[in-house]
Amino acid sequence: MRPEALGEAVLDVAVLVSVGRHPVTGRARRADQDARGVELAKSLERAQVTLLHAGTLGEEDEEALRGYLGMGLPSLALIEQPRGADVLPALARALEEANPQLVIAGERAEQGEGSGMLPYLLAERLGWPLIGGVADVESIENGTATLLQALPRGQRRRLRVRLPAIVSVDAAAPAARQSAFGPARRGEIEAEPAAVEWDEAQTEWSVTPARKRPKRLKIVKAASARDRFKAAAAKAEGGSGQVLTDVTPEQGAEAIFKLLKEEGVLR
Amino acid sequence: MSEIIRRDPRREWIARNRLHPDHLSVLAELGKRGASATTEWMGPNGVIRRDPHAVGFIGPNGIKRIDRSGAQQGGHAVVGTTGTKESRRLVTIDEPAFLVAVVPDMPGGRLSAHDRDLLGLARQLADADGERSGAVLAVIFGQADLGGLGDAGIDRLIVLDGDDLDGYAPEARLAALAAVERELAPRLWLLPDSKLGGADLGRRLAARLGERPAAGVWQIERDDACALGWRCTGRGAAGSSDIQRTLPRVVLALPECAEPVFETRHAAQPLSLKQALPSLLGRIEDRGQVAVDPAGVALSEAEFILSAGNGVKDWDGFHHAAKVLGATEGASRVAVDDGFMPRDRQVGATGTWVTARVYMAVGISGAIQHLQGIQSCDKVVAINLDPGCDMVKRADLAVIGDSAGILAALVEMVERQREEKRDAA
Repeated sequence: MRPEALGEAVLDVAVLVSVGRHPVTGRARRADQDARGVELAKSLERAQVTLLHAGTLGEEDEEALRGYLGMGLPSLALIEQPRGADVLPALARALEEANPQLVIAGERAEQGEGSGMLPYLLAERLGWPLIGGVADVESIENGTATLLQALPRGQRRRLRVRLPAIVSVDAAAPAARQSAFGPARRGEIEAEPAAVEWDEAQTEWSVTPARKRPKRLKIVKAASARDRFKAAAAKAEGGSGQVLTDVTPEQGAEAIFKLLKEEGVLR
Repeated sequence: MSEIIRRDPRREWIARNRLHPDHLSVLAELGKRGASATTEWMGPNGVIRRDPHAVGFIGPNGIKRIDRSGAQQGGHAVVGTTGTKESRRLVTIDEPAFLVAVVPDMPGGRLSAHDRDLLGLARQLADADGERSGAVLAVIFGQADLGGLGDAGIDRLIVLDGDDLDGYAPEARLAALAAVERELAPRLWLLPDSKLGGADLGRRLAARLGERPAAGVWQIERDDACALGWRCTGRGAAGSSDIQRTLPRVVLALPECAEPVFETRHAAQPLSLKQALPSLLGRIEDRGQVAVDPAGVALSEAEFILSAGNGVKDWDGFHHAAKVLGATEGASRVAVDDGFMPRDRQVGATGTWVTARVYMAVGISGAIQHLQGIQSCDKVVAINLDPGCDMVKRADLAVIGDSAGILAALVEMVERQREEKRDAA
C-alpha cells in the first residue's frame, strides 16, 4: 500500500546515489555508503523515498544504478550530466524543485575526486543544516528529526535538527539489504536533461592509482651512543608512573577513580 | 726543607684503593676529587699523569660506565633526558609575513598525534621561506590544556570558549572560524581529516569560504609554478587513487602527513579577536552522548578497557566492575587460554592491538607481547600484587594490592557517586 493511501502526512526523502567502484575488482557497483543511505531511508516510517543520481547512463553505470532499484524502489531520477561535469548546480536545482524534507547522501564517492564535499556544498547553497556521519534516525515529528550520530570508538551522539536538512551516512549506518534481481530489472530510470557546467580545475590534476604510503621510521635524536643504545634497547617504561604501595584498597580505588574522572571515561 | 719531592707510598696506595676507609679523605688531600679537571695533572717529574679511576660515571645499575663519545666527561653525574628537552631552540616570530591557521581536534583537551603531525606540516609551510617566515596560528575551541602547545610548534594562539561552542556545534564553530578569517586572513587553513570533527569542520569552512579543499592530503612538495608555491598529494576516490594538484587554501590532512616539531620551541602567544563572536540561532541541537553497550564496541577501537590476567581470581567481581565502570572487557593470553575469557577479547601481539585512551590492567604482569598490544594506549592503570613487574613500570598509575578488593572499592565508589548525582538531580 502506498503511504498516500493512508491519508497521513508523508515525509519526502531524497537519497543521492552514485556509482561506486568495487575495491578489489574495480568494477562499477552500487556505492556502499549510498546503499546504506537508501536502507536508512527505507527504514523511515511514512516516507516517500526518491532516488536521485547525476551522471551518464552508460552500460556499466546502469547496472550499478539498478542495484539501488533492486532494494525495493520503483524508480530513479537521473539528471543527465556527462563525465567531467560539475554536478553540483544541476543537483541543487533539482533539489530546490523537488523540495524534499530530508536529503540523505553518502559521505564520499568511491570514484573521481571523492573529497566528500558534495553534501557540504549543497547545504551551503540551499542554506539547510547538515549533519555528517549519521548512524540512525530515531524519530521525525513536528518538523524536527532526532538523529544518532556515529562518533569514533563506537560512541553515539543524539542530535536534533530542524527540517529540511541534509544528512550524510558512513559505514556506521545499518548495512544495506541485498539487491533483488527482479525489481532491479523492472525499476524505471527516468532520465531528464539538465544544463552542464564543466569542472575545469579537475583537468589540471594528475591522478594515479594510490601509492602505498611510506611507513614512518622511528627516528631517534640522540647525541651519544649511549642514548641511541638506550632508545634501541628500551623496554616500554612509563618513567613518570606513580606507584602506590602499602595502601588500603579504598585509597587505591580513590586514586584510580580520580584518574578515570580526569580522563572523562566515567559516565 | 730539601728540594727533593718525596712520595708517600702509603697515601698513594690508599688513593688507589677505592675500598679503603680513608680513600676519600686521601683523595681530597691529593686534590683529585670534585673538579673533573684533576683527571690529568702534572706529575713530580714533569710527566702528565692521568687518573683512570676518575674517568666515566657510575651507571644506573651501580656499575662504572665509560662513554667514549665525548658527551660525558669523567666524574659528572648522569645527565638526564630532561636536560636535552630544555635545550630546544626557542623561536619567536614577531612580524610574521603570513599566517598558517591550524584547527586541531584536541580530543580530551590535549593535542593528539594527528594534531602534532598537522602542526609539523604547518611549520613546514610557514618556515619554507627563510627571511619571510610565517607564523602558525592555532584556533582552539573549549577548555584545553594549554601547557606544551609552544613545543608543538604554535606561534599564535586563539582560544575560543563559550557555552555555544561546546559539544557538537558546527554552526557556531564555523561562524567563529569565519570571524578569524575576516580579522586575520590567514594564507592557509589546515585541518585534520579525522572523524573527531576536523573533517566535518574543514569541509564546512571550505564551503563557506568558497574554496575547493584538498582532502586526504598526505604529502606536500615545493613547486614554484603553483599559486602558493606548493603541490600536494592527497587520496581520492575512497582511498583508491592519489591526486596531485596545487595546494589550495584549505587543506584536510591525514595522520603522518609530516614529522611533528621536535627541535624548536615556539611562543604560543595568545591573541584575541577584536569583535565578539556573533550569536546565532543554532538549527542543530546537541542532546549529549548516548550510552552504548561497551561489550558491543570492537576491542580495537574501545576507549576504555578493563583487562584481566592471571592475577584475577574473582571473575564475577571483574565482570561486574566492567559493567559498572562502562568499560570494554579485555584479557591477557593466560586468561584466555585458561578459558575465563573468549579468544576475541585477547589483547596483545597475538590478539588485538588496542588504542584505548585508558587501559586498566588487573593482575597482568606485562609480557612483552601484551605490552606491544597496548603501545598506543594513552593512560595505563595497573592493579597488581608484584611491584616489580613490567606492567607496573609501563603504567601511569600502579596500585599494589589485591585486585578483588580494589575493584570492589572502586565499584562502590562509582555507585556512590552516581547515587549522589541522582539525588542532587
